[in-house]
Amino acid sequence: MSSVAGAPPALAEDDRPRGRSARSGAPRRSDRARQEARLGMLLCAPAVLVLVAVVGYPILQAVWDSLFSYRLTNPDAREFNGLANYALILTDPIWWQALGVTVLITAITVAIELVLGFGLALVMNHALKTLRPALRTAILIPYAIITVVSAFAFLYMFDLTSGFVNSWLPFVADGKDWFATFGSAVSVIILSEIWKTTPFISLLLLSGLAQVPGDLAEAAKVDGATAWQRLWRVTIPNMKAAIMVALLFRTLDAFRIFDNIFIMTNGAAGTESVAFLAYRQTIQRLEIGVGSAVSVLLTILVALIALLFVKGFKVNLAASTRGGR
Amino acid sequence: MSTARTKVWWWVGGLLIILYCLFPVAWILSLSLKAPSDLDNGSFLPTQVTWQNYQLILTGQASDLFLPALRNSVGICLIATLIAVVLAALTAYAIARLDFPGKAFVLGLSLAVSMFPVISIVTPLFNIWRSIGLYDTWAGLVIPYLSITLPLSIWTLTAFFREIPWEMEQAAQVDGATTWQAFRKVIVPLAGPGVATTAIIAFFLAWNDFVYGISLTSTEAARPVPAALAFFTGASQFEEPTGATSAAAVIVTIPVVVLVLLFQRQIVAGLTQGAVKG
Repeated sequence: MSSVAGAPPALAEDDRPRGRSARSGAPRRSDRARQEARLGMLLCAPAVLVLVAVVGYPILQAVWDSLFSYRLTNPDAREFNGLANYALILTDPIWWQALGVTVLITAITVAIELVLGFGLALVMNHALKTLRPALRTAILIPYAIITVVSAFAFLYMFDLTSGFVNSWLPFVADGKDWFATFGSAVSVIILSEIWKTTPFISLLLLSGLAQVPGDLAEAAKVDGATAWQRLWRVTIPNMKAAIMVALLFRTLDAFRIFDNIFIMTNGAAGTESVAFLAYRQTIQRLEIGVGSAVSVLLTILVALIALLFVKGFKVNLAASTRGGR
Repeated sequence: MSTARTKVWWWVGGLLIILYCLFPVAWILSLSLKAPSDLDNGSFLPTQVTWQNYQLILTGQASDLFLPALRNSVGICLIATLIAVVLAALTAYAIARLDFPGKAFVLGLSLAVSMFPVISIVTPLFNIWRSIGLYDTWAGLVIPYLSITLPLSIWTLTAFFREIPWEMEQAAQVDGATTWQAFRKVIVPLAGPGVATTAIIAFFLAWNDFVYGISLTSTEAARPVPAALAFFTGASQFEEPTGATSAAAVIVTIPVVVLVLLFQRQIVAGLTQGAVKG
């Protein structure tokens, strides 16, 4: 997170407090500054303590638990076994299958969402004033709806008994069970994920579009650039920061996919993701040792992705808001 | 003439987006209004509208599962949102207004936490909560929910608070207002919308949680709605719970839709503000 430390957004417009303390006279200045610093840290302390307690402590506990052979069904047999859990996981095809599924879902959803989200952002950017509030409302509904609810909607849509998709699609047999085979099951999972999270990407991209200087596109137009050229040569390069931030948040979010899979297939037909594997080991099989090791591995993967974006693609996270879920 | 034609195309595009966004919602609503015999009619709309699925979950046999879950969800999410917004308001005020070392650390920490895979915290919490008695309790969900609601609240509120002209507070005091008056008449109206928007977004995130909900609860004592939906069963073991699940899904979507309808402009601002201003 060093790039965050490098460019804290707070410091940019922070001359106000300093100006205020400067006014109170040179001799008392450092006193006041010290007081202000103490108050600032005091105000942040509760939130920082909560974050560390809620996330920091459990993850250390997970690292510790992952070094033991530990099953809740037989807690007395708990014993230290070093990295054996990790060796077990990394040599098991189940892990690699789950990782492959997770990477596949992440790559496809994020790629489609970026293109689709950009289209949505362009339409919203050009939409007439009369349509804009309706558009904004509509686009917030998938973002705000419970993932489990959207998963049920898509499950029932494609379901053999309650669904209508088979009768709507002319090239699909009426008896097709979408959740029986890997390809079709994953497609439906991806479809529901795309529906739910594209609006979030499009909102981030829309705010990026607003940053593109209008006169630049105008100048390019005067110079005879086509709409397509303006899009690729002017618009997209000027909103690269917004695109990268949207990509990072959605990639991390997609990588921990769980809810859709739980509701639609419960991991059947080879659709188990890494997060689902961790859940199944811990909560269903009560294998605390192995489950913790899967969780730690997932955390490391997520951290590596974040690092890749921040260092590799030079994403300036300080210029963004938050991770949407 | 080309402008009129492009105008039409933007309209078509906009209407397509609205259709895309509302289609699955309309489907689950339609499904919830179907009678059991109608569920497998293979068409989008019910042949006859019936309220019996809603009766089933609100007063019928599925109400034992749904109503406690609804109470849990509302209570737990409101508490988690309230705590997060209060803590975040203190933090965001300090970051936006005071000069102190560690600002970047606080923002970086909350960003790191928000990127954290929830499932990785569930594994240890499941074990810890069982040994200290927080498993299947409200507190046992409120605490982990803070890992979702707090980082987002800190970022969003910081972005909002940086936009506030704080010197107006001093101006009011110079004009003779007391500290309390200056706070109530100047700061609260300026900061209020940002705080409210942050609370709404934080509430959405908590309301959406599923991983903590199914992992850290086992009974209706604390199980929230998304987890309860996954445990619905049909009237008999040969019957799918499709109707009841759809009706419950519609009910938990109502508050979301109402909040979006009332505050769409503010929510969009809250979601994107920091990204624009930088």
